[in-house]
Order: sequence, then structure tokens, then C-alpha cells
Amino acid sequence: MPEGEPLVRWDWIASHIELFGDLTVEHLKLSLLPILFGLLIAVPLGVLCARWGWLYPPVLTIANILYAVPSLALFLVLLDFTGLTIWTVVIPLTLYTLSVLVPNVVDGLRQVPEQTRQAAVAMGYTPLRRLVAVELPIAVPVIMAGVRVATVSNISLVSVGALIGIGGLGRLFKDGFDLQFTTPVFAGIVLIIALAVLFDFALVLLQRLLTPWTAR
Amino acid sequence: MNAGWEWITDPANWHGSDGIPVRLAEHVGYTLLVLLVALAIGLPLGLFIAHAGQRAAFAVINTANGARALPTLGLLVLIFLLSTGSDVAALIPLVILAIPPILVNAYEGIRQVEPQVRDAARGMGMTGRQVLFRVELPIAVPLILLGARTAAVQVVATATVAAYINLGGLGGYIMDGILLREYGEAVGGSVLVVLLAVSVQGLFTLFTHLVTPRGLRKEHA
Amino acid sequence: MISFKGVTKRYADGTVAVDGLDLELATGEITVFVGPSGCGKTTTLRMINRMVEPTSGVIAIDGVDVTTRPAAELRRGIGYVIQQGGLFPHRTVLDNVATVPLLLGWDKKKARERARELLPRVGLDAALGARYPHQLSGGQQQRVGVARALAADPPVLLMDEPFSAVDPVVRAGLQEEFLRLQAELHKTIVFVTHDIDEAVRLGHRIAVFAKGGHVAQYATPRELLAAPEPGFVTEFLGGERGLRKLRFFAELDATPEAARPGSGEAPGATALGEAPDA
Repeated sequence: MPEGEPLVRWDWIASHIELFGDLTVEHLKLSLLPILFGLLIAVPLGVLCARWGWLYPPVLTIANILYAVPSLALFLVLLDFTGLTIWTVVIPLTLYTLSVLVPNVVDGLRQVPEQTRQAAVAMGYTPLRRLVAVELPIAVPVIMAGVRVATVSNISLVSVGALIGIGGLGRLFKDGFDLQFTTPVFAGIVLIIALAVLFDFALVLLQRLLTPWTAR
Repeated sequence: MNAGWEWITDPANWHGSDGIPVRLAEHVGYTLLVLLVALAIGLPLGLFIAHAGQRAAFAVINTANGARALPTLGLLVLIFLLSTGSDVAALIPLVILAIPPILVNAYEGIRQVEPQVRDAARGMGMTGRQVLFRVELPIAVPLILLGARTAAVQVVATATVAAYINLGGLGGYIMDGILLREYGEAVGGSVLVVLLAVSVQGLFTLFTHLVTPRGLRKEHA
Repeated sequence: MISFKGVTKRYADGTVAVDGLDLELATGEITVFVGPSGCGKTTTLRMINRMVEPTSGVIAIDGVDVTTRPAAELRRGIGYVIQQGGLFPHRTVLDNVATVPLLLGWDKKKARERARELLPRVGLDAALGARYPHQLSGGQQQRVGVARALAADPPVLLMDEPFSAVDPVVRAGLQEEFLRLQAELHKTIVFVTHDIDEAVRLGHRIAVFAKGGHVAQYATPRELLAAPEPGFVTEFLGGERGLRKLRFFAELDATPEAARPGSGEAPGATALGEAPDA
């Protein structure tokens, strides 16, 4: 870092507000689309795994292995197929999201009390309606815990995409490194943490609305 | 993918100061160092807050979960720029990454010890230290190791990013590959990292099975 | 003898769990604390081994104020049995039973030996020693809990609802064996329950606790059934008192003299090793 350079140059920040806005929008798209796709896949997959126990161990093993793959490696492999589109980042992050969400969906469904399930059967719920009206709602808190973890880690992880050119706010880190200039790096970190905190808070509120019975 | 395999199996890449064995050793070395430091911080802290007041625990757990939001790449670059390129400083973001799973699982592991078990231990005349080391810790072992495993896998995977600031390790191949448009090298490096991460996971699973007290293995029920 | 003198427990939030308790529990007898939940009976029990410290007053065992001894050391000399056993899930049955002897510094072999000889005495097959707690039934777990409390042969045994978590048939079996064991061992036992039938069946003396943490009546089962204090105690005994009285006297006729609670003078505490086989 050059001599006398301050940690943050506020004038640089003031003159780049528009860039921050664009990068933030891209960042959110890259980190939240995987949550959406992840939920769309994880819920049915989790339901199947909860219903047929033998399915779960292999699915869990695959999820664990996926979790171990470095994001950069997946980005690179996909670069060959999807090029410089958002999919190169969205698809790997969807896979990570799955590896977090599927176990939570299964755990959530498994902790539905047996008496509750029996009562629903006795009252004449069909299996599908029982799932939608009784079991899934009871599983919501555990599923939402997974959604929160996945959302926060996605928001933080997207920035690695900057190394292949698609990384939302992560671009600020690359720029900072290339220019040997801390201000954008600092701004990027602050913005990413702010987004993570904001969305985590929003998810807590959402869960309160979805599951009023869990409120203390 | 094929280019990656060709690169891995090319004998030329297995020699010299930036050959695969050297880089692999670097990667494993960083991971171990980071894990040890994170354990030394996260484990005692997790055990401590499990015995501290509800409010302190809540604050620490939320801070730890919040730390998961810290973008490792950003921290690496920031620390690199501020510290003029010291290797050890570059490991700090990885330590920050590894602490939350260790801390949270240690806390949960102690919390899930049934109150009657703790009560019985005290009632039979165990001192606080004996309750911790003879009862709570053994019962918490599976969760503590799960936390360490999660941390280890994350560190192995994320240490690749550290190559961006010239820290070496297997990530170096990926970075060089991207910069030089040598996709064989980048993909090959990625495959090696995946293999390492999966082996770490397997080793931990095996180790957990070996050290979990037999009474806690539910499959015997 | 265990004595309570003016013992009060007031919690930080102002609730009074035990209020000015004066009580003397005879050596070698079973004293039962009975009462509805929240009446301070468990708190009173837990003050004996300092799991709870009294706000004021003195608790003494054979004249020695319990607070003058280090808590951990005191507890190693007092057997402690709780609901659902509180067994250590990561240790075998044998190692669970050997806990206190090991804390007292016995060598491992001797402690295991001791544990092994205790299992049959609480009605457990010696082969169960190698099992883990979750591999046992609820009743078996309770028996292990009792064996664990007896392992170092303490003169005093504290039992907090030890048989509440099992079904009535198993409970009846456990109670019967417990009386048989006590007829051999003559421990000083403090037994907490919310079940008046259990109290009448097991106790030499019964302290009926009322809300607010004081004792409404302290009497033998016979006196309690024949002449309950009007008000709370009569109400607590309930409408089935006549029936209970009938059953109590019928059982009294059917049990051998030695094992009978509430029957005259109990002999002093005998060390477990020297106890005659009944």
C-alpha cells in the first residue's frame, strides 16, 4: 500500500455510488436465485428421502461431497459450458444450497411428532394433504434455519465469482487488489456484511409470519 | 475435464518446487495450522459459553454466525494490502472461517447433555472440572468432531482462494490456469482439491466413528 | 440422623421454596417427602447434599453441619438417585455403577469388582454389566441408578422420584425390591415422591409438604391414614383414604416383620458387606 494512503477514501466511495448499486443488484441475483432453485429441488427431494429412508444415506453422501468442492473449481468447470453468464455462478451455488437444505428438510420432517402424524391419519387426511397441511408446516422452522445458513453463506460466497469475472460486489476485491487500493475492498466487505445481516433479519421476520405458533 | 486429467497424469507436474507433492504439502500444512488455531480458540470458547449465562451465549453464537457472512476473498485482499504480504497474516481469514462451526458445535454438544445426567454427575460428587471432562466432553465428542470436520472441509476448499494473493497451495494451479488460460492446469488443480477435501471428510468420518464412545452410537439400540 | 433447623430457601426472584423447616429424619429409616409439585420437597432433598444451598438455617448429618464440608466430598459420601436414573450414556452399566468408587480413588479393578457384585443385589443379571444404558429398559435403568448410588456403601441415600418414570407394574416390582434391599442394608433414606400410595407403602415416616414450602404433617403412615390433619393433608390424601387404609393394613399383615415400614424401632445402619441375607 502506498505511503500515506488512508484505509478508506470517502471521495472515491462518493463518486462510485452508482457502481455499488449495480454490483449490489447483481450480487443479490447471484446469491438469491440459488436459494429459490435450491428450495424448489430440496423440498421434494427431502420429502422423498424422509418417506423412503434408504434414499437418504446416498443423497446425504453426495450432498457432503458437493459441499467439499471448492466454489472456484465448480465455476471453472462450468465456464466451459455456460460461459460468462450468471449460470456459471448460480448453478454451483444452487448445489451448495442443496447440500445445506436437503438435510434440514429431512430433519424437519422427521421431528414431526408421531402422535401428530397419527392424529392426522385418523382424521382422514390423504398422504399428500397431510404433507402439505400438517407435516411441512411443522418442519418450517428447521427448514428456515437451513435457508438462513444458505442465504448468508451464498451472499458471502458469490464474491469468489469475481475471480472468473462474475462476482457481484466481489469485483471490488479484485479491483482493490489490482490497484493496490483498500477503499473498494473495504466498501465491498461492508456492503456484503450489510446484505447478509439484512436478509438474515428479513428471513427471521418471514419465519415469524409463517409460523406464528413458535413465537415466545 | 479431460485436459484436467491429462495435466494431473503428466509426470512433469509431479516434480520440482511447484510440483504437485510440494503444493499438496503446502495445502495440507495451511489447513492443519488453521484448524489447530481455530480449535484452540473455538473449542474453549464454545465450552465456556455453554456454561455461561444465556445472554452471553446468545451474543457469542450470533457473532459466530454473523462471522460466516464475512467474505473470505475480501478479507484476504484487505489483510494482504495492509500487511504487505505476510503469509501468516493471510491465514487469519481462514481461521475466521473455521471458528464458527467449531464454536457452535462445541456449544450445542455440551447443551444437548441431558440435565439429569449433569445433575447425577454433580450429585455423586464430581467437581465442575470432572463433570466437564468425564461426562460432558465425551458425550459432546460426536458434535465437536462434526464441527471440526465442517471447518476442515471449508478450509481445504477455501484455501484455494488464498492462492490469489500468492499463498501457494493447490489453489496456485487454479489461479495460474485462469491467468494463463491453461484450463487443463486449472481443472486439474480443482480436481486435486476436491480429492483432498473428500479424503479429509472421509478421514474425519472414520475418526469420529473410532473415538465416539460406544454407548453413544445409536445403531446399537 | 439428618436434622433441619429453621431451613429456608428463597430464590433470587423472591419465591420461597422452603420456609422455616424444622425436621429430624431418623437413622436407618426411610423418610418420604410427599406433596404436590412445587411444594419444595425436591429442594429440601437437594439441600442435604448441597445441590441447593439454603438461604438460612442449618442442615446437619449426625450433628455435622453439611456446609462445613466441601460439596463434592460430601456428595461422594451420600447416595443419589434421580428420575430416569441420569445414567451416563457413554459408559457401560458397570462403569456407571463404579463411578463413585473411582471418584473416591479406588483402583479400577476393585471398583469394577464392586460394581459386578452389586448388580445381582438390585435384581440385575450380571451379564447386563457390559451393556450401555440405552440398551436397557426403563426399569433396568432405574435399578442401575440404585446400584450406582449404593456402590461406595454410603450411610445416607437421597432418592428423588426414582420410580416415577416407569409403568405401574414395573414400579410395584421396584418398590418391593427396594424394601427387601433396605431390610438388609438399613440405610438412612430420604425419598421424594408425589404419589401418596408410594409414600404410604415405602415410608417409615412421611412428611407431607404443602404449597409455600412447609410441612403440613410429619407422621408414620399409620398415624397419617388414621388421623390426617384437617384441611390440606386430608384433601391431599383424597377420597380414597378409606381404601388406602384398608390396603395398608392388609399389606402390613402380609409382609414379614423385618421388611415392614413403620413397624417399631429400626436397627442402626449396617455396612453393606456385613448385612445379613434376609
